[in-house]
Amino acid sequence: MNENEIRAIFLEELGNVAPEMDLATLAPNADLREALDIDSMDFLNLATAVHHRLGVDIPELDYPKLVTLDSALRYLSGRLK
Amino acid sequence: MAAGLVDYRMPSLGSDMDAGTLVEWLVRPGDRVRRGDIVAVIETQKGAIEIEVFEAGEIAEILVGPGEKVPVGTPLARLRTTISAEGAVAATAAAPAPPAPSAPAPSPKLVAPRHEGGRILASPAARDLARSLGVDLATIAGSGPGGAIVRADILEHRAAPREKKAVGLDLAAMRVAIAAAMARSKREIPHYYLQHQIDVARSEEWLAQTNAERPPADRLLFAVLALKAVALALRRFPQFNGYWRDGTFEPSSAIHVGTAIAIRGGGLAAPALHDVDQLALDELMTRLRDLVQRMRAGRIRGSEMTDATITVSSLGERGVEALFGVIYPPQVALVGFGTIVRRPWLVENAIQARPVVTITLAADHRVSDGHAGALFLAEIGKLVREPEKL
Repeated sequence: MNENEIRAIFLEELGNVAPEMDLATLAPNADLREALDIDSMDFLNLATAVHHRLGVDIPELDYPKLVTLDSALRYLSGRLK
Repeated sequence: MAAGLVDYRMPSLGSDMDAGTLVEWLVRPGDRVRRGDIVAVIETQKGAIEIEVFEAGEIAEILVGPGEKVPVGTPLARLRTTISAEGAVAATAAAPAPPAPSAPAPSPKLVAPRHEGGRILASPAARDLARSLGVDLATIAGSGPGGAIVRADILEHRAAPREKKAVGLDLAAMRVAIAAAMARSKREIPHYYLQHQIDVARSEEWLAQTNAERPPADRLLFAVLALKAVALALRRFPQFNGYWRDGTFEPSSAIHVGTAIAIRGGGLAAPALHDVDQLALDELMTRLRDLVQRMRAGRIRGSEMTDATITVSSLGERGVEALFGVIYPPQVALVGFGTIVRRPWLVENAIQARPVVTITLAADHRVSDGHAGALFLAEIGKLVREPEKL
């Protein structure tokens, strides 16, 4: 899976968690929890969806690595190599 | 015991509701229904609500069609029952905020929109697809025979999540409903407030250990420890669990915890999780996820909107340390959990950085006093710190 595909899937799942937000204006280095008003339940749903879609089981200890869009994509690409 | 025709009426889902719009029927004339079956979806200020029937029988006639707005108490359908008519009339959902004892027996299974024996109607292919996509069938409207969910429904749901979001939640109307309930609360309820800070290092460690071995779908959140601890503490402190009505306190034997859920884009609702004191943490987590998802998708059942016996709110996520709640009438207490913050804390005689949470209580002084409230909070704190016993 290439980086564009990972990006598309991650953004789609982010959109499912925060449907009213305009992801096109999301800064790549913004804190996702603040920018998209994501709480712990939302984040768990996002992790669950990523697990289903990409097969990447994100341990809780790695949650801080998914703080921004950029860092999340870097983390997921790394796990999928 | 003779068969009788009874009216199934537009229910009142709170003292602030005077009318509702029928969105869709999930049954047709001739269908047999059982007590607790969801028969229709109505639109209220609180969003789209699934309404249940409170007696068994057969749908004889539909009186109100989709799109029609009618006052509370208006007959929506006629039901041919097998029990006496007078008993059945009393059992219709028309009474405002029924007390827990007369509320429908909560099903031990998760009940979703279209169910037969607690099971969502869906084709095997749709089930497979939903599983592979991680889609919860309970959030999808079926277009197949008898409302069954088919593959196309799931694909459509995936394609149009935004559209789906718009269905059923009218935020402006919800604001009006919140305003009415909160203004009444502040007018009528003599609140008192207490707070209690505890060190939750053990709870956090226990959660981290438990979740380390689990995939995301099976992980627990701190919120379930909080909910369960409150429910168990209520068994010892029943004066915080029930309703103030007509000048007296009616304690509830059932413990239905209203769970404050913020609606994205603004708005708030506190639908009930039923019998929380009797649920294992895993089951409670499953129900909480399901409730949050259905709330946000606008698929909440009538009983869930009206039969909470206490409310738990955790605004903690946004970084506030403590919240002082406004009690949701006719309930008599609200327990708040702040965010978990790292603070200097005395452990034995040394100062350490520890995760600390502030638990608060807003309670009705007509029913309880600060002394009992303090003991109640202390009990909650003790239980939260012993998660292996929850």
